[in-house]
Amino acid sequence: MLRAENLSKRYFRKTGGANHFFAVKDVSLELRPGEVTLLSGRSGSGKTTLLNMLSGLLTPTDGKVWLDDIDLYRMDDASLSKLRGECIGVIPQGRSAIETLTVLENILLPQQLCGEKGDAKAAEGWLDALGIAHLMNARPAELSGGELRRMAIARALASSAPVILADEPTGDLDDENTALVLDLLHDAAKKAGRVVLLVSHDGEAARIADSLYRMDGGAIKVEREAL
Amino acid sequence: MIKSGLPIRNLLRRPGRTVALVLLTAFLALSVFGGSIVVSSLRSGLDSLQARLGADIIVLPSSARSKVNFQELLLQGTAGAFYMSADALDRVREVEGVELAAPQTFLASLKADCCAVKVQVIGIDPEADFTVQPWIAQSTSRELGDMDVAVGCKVNANAGESLKLYGQHCHVVAKLAETGTGLDTAVYCNMDTMRTLLIAAEAKGVTHKISSGDGDVISAVYVKAADGYDIDGVMAKINAHVRKASAVRARSLFTGAADSLAGISRTVSILAGAVWALALVILLIAFMMMTRERRREFAVLRLLGASRKGLSSLILIETALCGLAGGVLGVGLAAMLVFPFTTLIETKLGLPYLTPGMGTILLLAIATVLATVLIGALASAFSAHRLSRTDPGTTLREGA
Repeated sequence: MLRAENLSKRYFRKTGGANHFFAVKDVSLELRPGEVTLLSGRSGSGKTTLLNMLSGLLTPTDGKVWLDDIDLYRMDDASLSKLRGECIGVIPQGRSAIETLTVLENILLPQQLCGEKGDAKAAEGWLDALGIAHLMNARPAELSGGELRRMAIARALASSAPVILADEPTGDLDDENTALVLDLLHDAAKKAGRVVLLVSHDGEAARIADSLYRMDGGAIKVEREAL
Repeated sequence: MIKSGLPIRNLLRRPGRTVALVLLTAFLALSVFGGSIVVSSLRSGLDSLQARLGADIIVLPSSARSKVNFQELLLQGTAGAFYMSADALDRVREVEGVELAAPQTFLASLKADCCAVKVQVIGIDPEADFTVQPWIAQSTSRELGDMDVAVGCKVNANAGESLKLYGQHCHVVAKLAETGTGLDTAVYCNMDTMRTLLIAAEAKGVTHKISSGDGDVISAVYVKAADGYDIDGVMAKINAHVRKASAVRARSLFTGAADSLAGISRTVSILAGAVWALALVILLIAFMMMTRERRREFAVLRLLGASRKGLSSLILIETALCGLAGGVLGVGLAAMLVFPFTTLIETKLGLPYLTPGMGTILLLAIATVLATVLIGALASAFSAHRLSRTDPGTTLREGA
């Protein structure tokens, strides 16, 4: 289980009004295995900042993030990095490919960073499921935005991470691929028992979500909670 | 990070960036290794010449305005001839404080059939000589008999062959070890052979006579001062006692060369230092720019599980590999530029030039490559440190 406890992130700014603002303010949240949680809200409402803090990438100003009984931000960098590689599959916004690697090498990289060889067969299976198996030996520069997005999704799904945090996973996709990706993420929760958090504007995402949260001005509001 | 093979793949699959870094470090290695070899060769050349002469004082005919001529003869192999009466040797030996005194007679050959240019023929007295004999002994145990000659390493004749000087056939008994000086183009014989050659030269119209008469002539007397005697004092006594001759301190002959060497050494050191400083600044800027350009890539790696230490080692390994490749390339290029042109460098600088031994060259090459790797690592360490302090979440959020 991934749990946020009174999480806040404050940024300083040099111009305009107050000298600081809260991107995320006092957010508590519980993400359970086998459930899909949807986080929506307007641009700048703090969704991505929250996701980055949940993934151990952005140190919060206040509050804690627990993965089961581990307090992420009390860990040293090496341990937290190892845990992130092994337990948290992140699908970030925008380009997230390593340009010098092929698509298949990109998929296997998280496993290799954890010291494993990487399961190429399984990776090829995920690429096939996402309709980009024919691009496995291509370099990211040769891929379209939608293909790159599906590559990032395949990378998260191919890892054995029990937690998947996806930031606008369907942002660059057409309707057909959106449905495909949402189904795969739903299966990851329901069939593989993974924790799945979706940050999305996409109304379609609500279809697969067990819980719905909305963010506004850094604060979080429950819209629908799993039973 | 290393196991993933990412550093190698990054370098191979970004050939433009890799080649630019390798060339930059290669330029650095080239200037340092090339400069070090030139300075080291000049230093070895001068040391070798000083060791070769082995005398405290050299007595030369005062009419020769000899210091300059003699210096040219030693340093550049310029053929020359100046004479004084052989009596001067006896007069020198009479001076208190003179332990050993050995004569030498010089004769500039005509275009000998051995060489494209004139060679300097030097007659020695094997009985009295203490400067050339030990050198000859390194190449042959045989004494220089009549019409025997020992040749410098740059004379185009080998032991066992024959050499024609002023129409006289001379038998080459030894080829001497390289000194990096003008002595490498000289031919050595005993005084009897020299007498024969002087007569033959005279028959061909080359005059060696001194105005005072027809007796034996010599060109220089090499003097070793006895222990406990002040060299300047002995020199002054010789100058007072021997007419029409001038004694000079052997070391003073090299003052000019040593000064030139110091000047060249200083210039090369300053240039190499400037190149290093410039390269460090350029590498620093290059790595900062490169790290900035790759911020998102590094943030993604952090997201996928790379630690700060892992990321720093990725940058350092990439830099070290570029430094290694650049260092090896630079050393190789410097070797191709310096070693085949030693004669040209020697001629242009007008100084003794003796390429150091293979051991020294290897040490210099290894030190240069290590220094190149180190300077690259140093330049990238700053960027790696800055990068490791950046929150990857912030980078990803900024969409950098």
